[in-house]
Amino acid sequence: MANLKVNIGNLEFKNPVLTASGTFGFGLEFDDFIDVSALGGIIVKGTTALPREGNPYPRMAETSSGMINAVGLQNKGVEHFIDIIYPLIKGYNTHVIVNVNGSTIEDYIAVTEKLVALEKIPAIELNISCPNVKEGGMAFGTSCASSSAVTAAIRKVWPRTLIVKLSPNVTSIAEIAKSVEAEGADAVSLVNTFLSMAINAETRRPVLSTITGGLSGPCIKPIALRMVWQVAQAVKIPVIGLGGIMDATDAIEFLLAGATAVQVGTANFIDPTTAVRIVEGIEEYLMRHNMEDVGQVIGGLGK
Amino acid sequence: MKKTMLDMRVIRNKRLNPDHFLLELASPKPVSGIRPGQFAEVLVENSPTTFLRRPFSIHFVNEEEKSVELYIKRAGEGTRTLGYLEEGDFVNVILPLGNGFALPSSGKVLLIGGGCGVAPLLYLAKEAHSNHIDCDILIGGKDKDQISESERYSRYGRLHVMTEDGSCGEIGLVTQHPVVQRINDFSAIYCCGPEPMMKAVANMTRNSGVPVYVSLENTMACGIGACLCCVVNTNKGNVCVCTDGPVFKSDVLSNW
Ligand SMILES: Cc1cc2nc3c(=O)[nH]c(=O)nc-3n(C[C@H](O)[C@H](O)[C@H](O)COP(=O)(O)OP(=O)(O)OC[C@H]3O[C@@H](n4cnc5c(N)ncnc54)[C@H](O)[C@@H]3O)c2cc1C
Ligand SMILES: Cc1cc2nc3c(=O)[nH]c(=O)nc-3n(C[C@H](O)[C@H](O)[C@H](O)COP(=O)(O)O)c2cc1C
Ligand code: FES
Repeated sequence: MANLKVNIGNLEFKNPVLTASGTFGFGLEFDDFIDVSALGGIIVKGTTALPREGNPYPRMAETSSGMINAVGLQNKGVEHFIDIIYPLIKGYNTHVIVNVNGSTIEDYIAVTEKLVALEKIPAIELNISCPNVKEGGMAFGTSCASSSAVTAAIRKVWPRTLIVKLSPNVTSIAEIAKSVEAEGADAVSLVNTFLSMAINAETRRPVLSTITGGLSGPCIKPIALRMVWQVAQAVKIPVIGLGGIMDATDAIEFLLAGATAVQVGTANFIDPTTAVRIVEGIEEYLMRHNMEDVGQVIGGLGK
Repeated sequence: MKKTMLDMRVIRNKRLNPDHFLLELASPKPVSGIRPGQFAEVLVENSPTTFLRRPFSIHFVNEEEKSVELYIKRAGEGTRTLGYLEEGDFVNVILPLGNGFALPSSGKVLLIGGGCGVAPLLYLAKEAHSNHIDCDILIGGKDKDQISESERYSRYGRLHVMTEDGSCGEIGLVTQHPVVQRINDFSAIYCCGPEPMMKAVANMTRNSGVPVYVSLENTMACGIGACLCCVVNTNKGNVCVCTDGPVFKSDVLSNW
């Protein structure tokens, strides 16, 4: 059997398939459909220091090959996560990664410091790219100065694997990636959603309560793929690729572009078994191409 | 029944009136334990503009035949495409989802449905009937074209029909029907249909102490509580219609 293991920082993943924050709940929502422990890792819903109600309904607009969301980081806060959710999910035999959010650097620190005590959280993903909150969020991820400031601050308080999630809503995503690498990020994940909007022509109103939201799904894949390829060439740390991955072929394309691992997002909504099917599909691809190790695919783009 | 994703075979696609059709889907596994008011998420193939699954209430369950029925209104591209399904075609379905209705242990209940909001009431009426709960069923629509399957509802309770133009049953809006004036006779009211109608019913009963359960149809992406797109504001803050609902007691809903 081919080797599917990959390393990010000093953390080993049993396979390169993770699930994207905000699209997989806490994993529990998928227990009826799949063995969550078969995945390389799961990244749970974005967590903030204090509970957040998120944005008013309507929060979602469908497009022909994707969707725009404006959830706005609805979550019950880090303490609820620690007291109620963590005990339910720490038994998964896979890496459980928390997606950390804040409006200020102090907020990000407050969440991270509380997570340090949780042994079964081997990594955090710093979300500096949420387009759906008024303050903070994407504002951090759109300049090199603020991206490096928040990364440096968290690096001081988080001893384990640190992933920084980048926004695609920038002029040069490679520059941002380099700036967080310089501050000690162990990996970068990209992309978050693209700032976008939807209008109802009949009512002459915006579809979303917030007017704009974040676009995800297969429609963003070609742009995400290009960005992953650019970033993989610009940094030495591992890149985790995502954006519109629907099947194993999409995942292989991201690996070829230089991603060490991938995340499955919106596809979980269409078919809750997508992520495990991608693990199987990658294995099948390796066999079909007589490869022994998924490492042979990573960055393996021919010219 | 645990949430399951199934490839279901179309065994009937029957046009009931110009806007609505009945889709009966056979399951490869038993379909026991589905509660009235729960829903299914259907994958629409062959419609390039339909990306997400489409949610539909469970209209009826035939446990022996291992089939479920959906009552669908042609609203747009997705439902139109489902309307073209033929016997023998397969559709991918996730079910059962959501909380469903809870019936009282005894007493009388009133079921009110407007438009395609009647969908979950047939199975609820059957459940009430099996539990020996006396049931009044009031169905309303714009005209006679929106009233279907009267004989099926009549099996489980007293059926009252009302149309806006009087082309079937009595003339007027469901809220004007005499049975709705007898609110205090009932131990619970179950209401599905356009939001203004459900709000009107909730308002009429506000001071009666009779609980009104409504079924909401917020737009959904996942149907399983993973995306948080379908929220409604309640006295406990924003909650998901797909997992905490779709059925809510009307007095927990904010601004109702
Ligand atoms: C829990 C739940 C149960 C439902 N049960 C039934 C049912 O039993 N029978 C039935 O016919 N329909 C039901 N619906 C509504 C049904 O899901 C929508 O009509 C359907 O998704 C429209 O898809 P479409 O592609 O045909 O239309 P689209 O092209 O997506 O939309 C066409 C029009 O319908 C409106 N619309 C889209 N989605 C909804 C929605 N969720 N609610 C109200 N209007 C909508 C749009 O605003 C638009 O004007 C239910 C919805 C939910 C959330
Ligand atoms: C409904 C929804 C909620 C999301 N919530 C978060 C979040 O809390 N934190 C985060 O970093 N990304 C969030 N995202 C972004 C996804 O993790 C992912 O980056 C994006 O959707 C692109 O991948 P995809 O096309 O595979 O979905 C969310 C996306 C969606 C669709
Ligand atoms: S539709 Fe995704 S949480 Fe309800």
